[in-house]
Amino acid sequence: MDQKNKNSKKPSYSRFSQQELSAWKPILTPGWVIASFLTIGALFIPVGLVALSASDAVVEIVDRYDEECIPDAYSMDPESFIQNPDIKKTCVRSLRVPKKMVAPIFVYYQLENFYQNHRRFVKSRSDKQLRDPEANNDTYHCFPEARTSDGKPIVPCGLIAWSLFNDTYKLSTRGKPLTINKKGIAWKSDTEVKFGSNVYPKDFQKGGLIGGAKLDEKVPLSEQEDLIVWMRTAALPNFRKLYGKIDTDLEAHETIKAEVENNYNTYKFGGRKKLVLSTTTWIGGKNDFLGVAYITVGGLCLFMAINFILLYVFRPRRLGDPSYLSWNRLPVA
Amino acid sequence: MGHGRIRAKIRRSSLYTFGCIRPPRESTDEPHQFRGPGYSRQVCCNQPQLHQKKPLKYVSNYISTTKYNVITFLPKALFEQFRRVANVYFLLAAALSLTPVSPFSAYSMIAPLAFVIGLSMAKEAVENWHRFMQDMKVNMRKVNVHNGDGVFSLKPWMNIRVGDVLKVEKDQFFPADLLLLSSSYEDGICYVETMNLDGETNLKVKRSLEATLTLDDDAAFKDFKGTIKCEDPNPNLYAFVGNLEYDRQVFPLDPSQILLRDSKLRNTGHVYGVVIFSGHDSKVMQNATKSPSKRSTIEKQMDKIIYVLFTLLVLISLISSTGFAIKTKTQMPSWWYLQAPDDEGLYDPNNAALSGFYHLVTALILYGYLIPISLYVSIELVKVLQALFINQDIHMYDEETGTPAQARTSNLNEELGMVDTILSDKTGTLTCNQMDFLKCSIAGIPYGMRSSEVELAAASQMAEDLEGHGHDFSRTGGQNGSEIELETVPTPKGESSPSRIKGFSFEDHRLMNGNWSREHDADVHLLFFRVLALCHTAIPELNEETGTYSYEAESPDEGAFLVAAREFGFEFCKRTQSSILVRERHHSYEQPIEREFKLLNLLDFTSKRKRMSVIVQDESGQILLLCKGADSIIFDRLAKNGRVYEEATTKHLNDYGEAGLRTLALAYRKLEESEYSAWNDEFVKAKTAIGGDREAMLERVSDMMERDLILIGATAVEDKLQQGVPQCIDKLAQAGLKLWVLTGDKMETAINIGFSCSLLRQGMKQICITTTADMLNQDSKKAVKENIVMQITNASQMIKLEKDPHAAFALIIDGKMLSYALEDDLKHQFLSLAVACASVICCRVSPKQKAMVTRLVKEGTGKTTLAIGDGANDVGMIQEADIGVGISGVEGMQAVMASDFSIAQFRFLERLLVVHGHWCYKRIAQMICYFFYKNIAFGLTLFYFEAFTGFSGQSVYDDWYMLLFNVVLTSLPVIALGVFEQDVSSEICLQFPALYQQGPRNLFFDWYRIFGWMGNGLYCSLIVFFLNIIIFYDQAFRVGGQTADMTVVGTAMFTCVIYAVNCQIALTMSHFTWIQHFLIGFSIIAWYVFLILYGMLSPELAGNAYKIFVEALAPAPIFWLSTLLVTVACNLPYLAHISFQRSFNPMDHHVIQEIKYYKKDVEDRHMWTRERSKARQETKIGFSARVDAKIRHLRQMLQKKSSVLSPRVALAATQT
Repeated sequence: MDQKNKNSKKPSYSRFSQQELSAWKPILTPGWVIASFLTIGALFIPVGLVALSASDAVVEIVDRYDEECIPDAYSMDPESFIQNPDIKKTCVRSLRVPKKMVAPIFVYYQLENFYQNHRRFVKSRSDKQLRDPEANNDTYHCFPEARTSDGKPIVPCGLIAWSLFNDTYKLSTRGKPLTINKKGIAWKSDTEVKFGSNVYPKDFQKGGLIGGAKLDEKVPLSEQEDLIVWMRTAALPNFRKLYGKIDTDLEAHETIKAEVENNYNTYKFGGRKKLVLSTTTWIGGKNDFLGVAYITVGGLCLFMAINFILLYVFRPRRLGDPSYLSWNRLPVA
Repeated sequence: MGHGRIRAKIRRSSLYTFGCIRPPRESTDEPHQFRGPGYSRQVCCNQPQLHQKKPLKYVSNYISTTKYNVITFLPKALFEQFRRVANVYFLLAAALSLTPVSPFSAYSMIAPLAFVIGLSMAKEAVENWHRFMQDMKVNMRKVNVHNGDGVFSLKPWMNIRVGDVLKVEKDQFFPADLLLLSSSYEDGICYVETMNLDGETNLKVKRSLEATLTLDDDAAFKDFKGTIKCEDPNPNLYAFVGNLEYDRQVFPLDPSQILLRDSKLRNTGHVYGVVIFSGHDSKVMQNATKSPSKRSTIEKQMDKIIYVLFTLLVLISLISSTGFAIKTKTQMPSWWYLQAPDDEGLYDPNNAALSGFYHLVTALILYGYLIPISLYVSIELVKVLQALFINQDIHMYDEETGTPAQARTSNLNEELGMVDTILSDKTGTLTCNQMDFLKCSIAGIPYGMRSSEVELAAASQMAEDLEGHGHDFSRTGGQNGSEIELETVPTPKGESSPSRIKGFSFEDHRLMNGNWSREHDADVHLLFFRVLALCHTAIPELNEETGTYSYEAESPDEGAFLVAAREFGFEFCKRTQSSILVRERHHSYEQPIEREFKLLNLLDFTSKRKRMSVIVQDESGQILLLCKGADSIIFDRLAKNGRVYEEATTKHLNDYGEAGLRTLALAYRKLEESEYSAWNDEFVKAKTAIGGDREAMLERVSDMMERDLILIGATAVEDKLQQGVPQCIDKLAQAGLKLWVLTGDKMETAINIGFSCSLLRQGMKQICITTTADMLNQDSKKAVKENIVMQITNASQMIKLEKDPHAAFALIIDGKMLSYALEDDLKHQFLSLAVACASVICCRVSPKQKAMVTRLVKEGTGKTTLAIGDGANDVGMIQEADIGVGISGVEGMQAVMASDFSIAQFRFLERLLVVHGHWCYKRIAQMICYFFYKNIAFGLTLFYFEAFTGFSGQSVYDDWYMLLFNVVLTSLPVIALGVFEQDVSSEICLQFPALYQQGPRNLFFDWYRIFGWMGNGLYCSLIVFFLNIIIFYDQAFRVGGQTADMTVVGTAMFTCVIYAVNCQIALTMSHFTWIQHFLIGFSIIAWYVFLILYGMLSPELAGNAYKIFVEALAPAPIFWLSTLLVTVACNLPYLAHISFQRSFNPMDHHVIQEIKYYKKDVEDRHMWTRERSKARQETKIGFSARVDAKIRHLRQMLQKKSSVLSPRVALAATQT
């Protein structure tokens, strides 16, 4: 009995319990250091170059129109212009194609200084309502655009939907209109799942304040792709959103006539509006930074590698040299 | 147990001349008069039923040391949890998360908090349960209790009530404070071992009242009734006041009738006693202080970091809320799409200050990620796992007692790696309280071949050093090597004799088997053995089964002498009132013959007299005085013709002393009949004298007799050290630890042990601060104090003036002087003297003084102290020290119960500190640094992003990401780091004790390092945030033309964070088992798996993250490219830093890792041994230091020799 008790207390031996598991104990030998820096450098610089060239292949036309599209008479008070529903807001811009643009060409609108990422704004939506026709009343988070003054739920509710961007663009070149294809600009999952195909706008923009665009109450939300794109709130106050696609190539030096209907009020908060036409490559739109960053980091690594090589040449330390042990160094110090 | 033994019933008191004489009664015969409060206790003996209801209801004998019970657990444990500032903060944050102010959903705040608190409380509960089980083990011990009608039966301790009559058997502990009624001795005395209470190894004599002597068998208690009126429970161990009303008479009681709980009955068959104080009323429990909750240095420092982070948190919250207020005031009215103001005032441009205030709360919650909620729980988890490994360490398992090491509180693991000073108890900790007769010197001839442990240890060290120093010697002088080898190098023969006799390790054929009679002075030898066999106070006990005698002696030395005498053929076999029977086995006789010696007088041993004598008359009528005593005392009393062997014996005594042995000199004197009877008359007169000068008279008379002695020889007894103690002390000293010995024992014993542990050595300057004879006379406190001030100042001066760097000092101080030295005005002076000394030994210290010394060292030096002890007298010190270690496996549990770690043997301390302490320190330090790094790296990205959202408090990450960040995605590798990281293997830790100093110097958790890590976190956060923001700024991020929304940016950024911090930890680790590989890999893969699964949830739950990975991110090359870029950019500076550091400023463990990596230790064994022998701290204690000192000494001698030949060479040598 006693013996048994004793035995039961004895720790059982296992490599795990004795902390003797076999382990990989890598150490940073000069070889490893230099090799890893060189490898990173050798990997990053080509990647950076490829990314740069991809970015370089992108053709982009950016046209800021918010200021030019204000008639001179209203230039001192653009807000009264934009808020006046009786004035025609159409304005014509002409864009020059710098290089040949191969379809698909993406049409974006770009807003600046618009805080789509403001917490009050981001929170003001109801994903449930957007998806589920039964959940029209699920407007809890949509405050202050939840219900009409007579208490009926707004579909789609919330500040985001309410402030939907409503400038429109018509493009034409050499007198022929360019079709802007507005299908397929939203994520597939959004149109298929997140926005219900049997949810229709109800009492939208019927309140006292009119925010942005109105929605066709006969079209289900899943087909209101402008809304769907808009509802994906942007991360930063300056953002681009997809407006549509042009499926024909544009030749270099061509001039494009853009008929802009300047409806959206960015004048109140001093925001800018831009129309953007851009092609994409595998890295997306024009993005020199990625390539530059890769080259920089790669370059730094090479620099570091060279430094280490030089240091090892001029001040080598034999690895595992016991003279570097503190007890061997103490008398010197 | 009881059978097979014959017990001689003798009146023990007659064995004692004056030590234990019943004090003259007349002075105290009157009962105590109690006045005032504090003396209200009434005990109805043998009527425990009277104590079952008020007002005589006292606490039961159930003891509990648990912190909580079932009911109090929840509130108390919760309260404990919320004593941590950080937890209160998290609780507030969780409460606020229920309001609209919160930037996160409520569940993401509450769930982790509940998890963290729950886990910590579960740990508390488990620890409490263990404590409860330990209590129950004590509570369930059985003792014989009187059931009425003279019948005794076994009952568990916890069911004992006040008033119960108990019968306690030999070698049992007393379950409560008892009044001794009678014992198996006729005169009602019994022996008590109080080691558990005060650490003293000598047995104490307790005696019952004469009135209760008749209650000496079970049946006598049938009608026994009595009432005790006494003091209320109090912690004073050495005082007791009370009266016993019995038989219509009142008897006063004093401490000598009280048997205290947790002391042990020794050398006495059984005793009867009545319970006075039970359970928590007992004196020992009253002495118990609530074990303080200790926190490790690292944890305290961590608190400071938390405060730094709190400041940072408040600062950025203020920045952000100010920014918010300004934005709200000036810009928000123009942000029509926000429809400000709202009704709740959260976004009210007209009252921006209020909105700003609300936002401050939001921000405080939002940036809470700077203060890692999971830090505490991770640390706690890691420490529990570390503790499990400590418990599981098979190298700290003691086969003999079957006890493994146990980390009783896990929150001090890393403190083990930072210890600077060890304060150790002696008996039971360093020594096993067992004496072995090892050597002797008879008639000037040394006997005894076996070497003491000290010699063995020094010899093996010397052998090793010779190997290491090999070429050193050949350089310094040709003959040096051979000179060293001339030194006696005893070969260790540890377990050569198969059946070792306890108390006897003597090995020398010249004396064994009667061979001594062929030695030169055989008659002196005969006398020597007779002194051993006759001069003592022990009682023999015959074990009928084996036919051998064992001895019940007052002290283990005496036992060792008797065993030795028996082995030499002088078997002490019977003691009667007036005679001693010795069975002598001479070589010349076939049969052993019994000789009877008449015991005429016995002059007892006291610490003041330092000697003991018996006067016996042998069968031929010759009267002999046989004396044994401290050498100095005996040598003073030698007759002119008794000094034949003085010179040789002195030399041997010195040798024995150096070997750490406890020595006594033996002498005799032949007495004439007339001379004796004249003296005896005087002695009897003195003995029967009444009054205060009786003792002085007795002493004077004894002194008269103990003169003109003839020296026979000397004995050397080894106070058996626990296994491996010298080696352990040596290693600890090499690891740079200081060791103080605090013992309740006598100064001589303590010094002996100092030698045997190599804390002292010949050539070390001993500073003894002790009471001198004349100081005792002038007891004015002031004079004593002046004296001690002078002693301390002189000693300090001496140390200051010492030029020789190798000079070592030892401070030895006794309890009385210590009590002055510990007074406020002197203690710092004392401490600085003590710190300047290589070793410090405090003797005769009380438990309280032990604690005070510990506190002095702890607070005075500000360094980490560790106290180690085994008995209840060490509890104070164990609780006071930063770390308390208890020796388990012995019977008393108090020390263990009070301790933070318990080990079975002192020698395991080395592994506990040097291996586990070192590892745990580094693990925890790295872990905490990394933790702060990762949370800063993550938390600050939230801040940057918020600045881009108009300080609105929006976070770029999904709530779930943030929730999982600390709980799943980054927690496991850091736990692996905390549990499994090993910079070097355990063997190397032990081989290179100097590595330990990384802990006490706190190289891994200094502010430089902490801020370095924080800076790294800051850098990472900047890189992660801005690289991602710029990459995903406004352009399409994939060929399909879509631009990145907040979820895409957030997810990409979060992916980078996960990669960066997990790669960082991989760079931090140096030890990858499959567990680390798995956990780091798992963390990264888990993130993707989570993303995929989360994306598959219904969009109502997943929101914009619906199918984020599958649809949006995975097909975009830029997502993968940015992850790679950011990860590399984040870790680049750290990689460069550690590469650079390792290459040009390597730390010790780096170099050793490299040596191991390249297997240089195998290729170049010579270098490896050399480095091992060099890898120690400068130390002046331990046998290695002793060997060094010896080598130095030899070298000096050599130089002297050579200087005779060529003075110039010697001059050069001394200059170097």
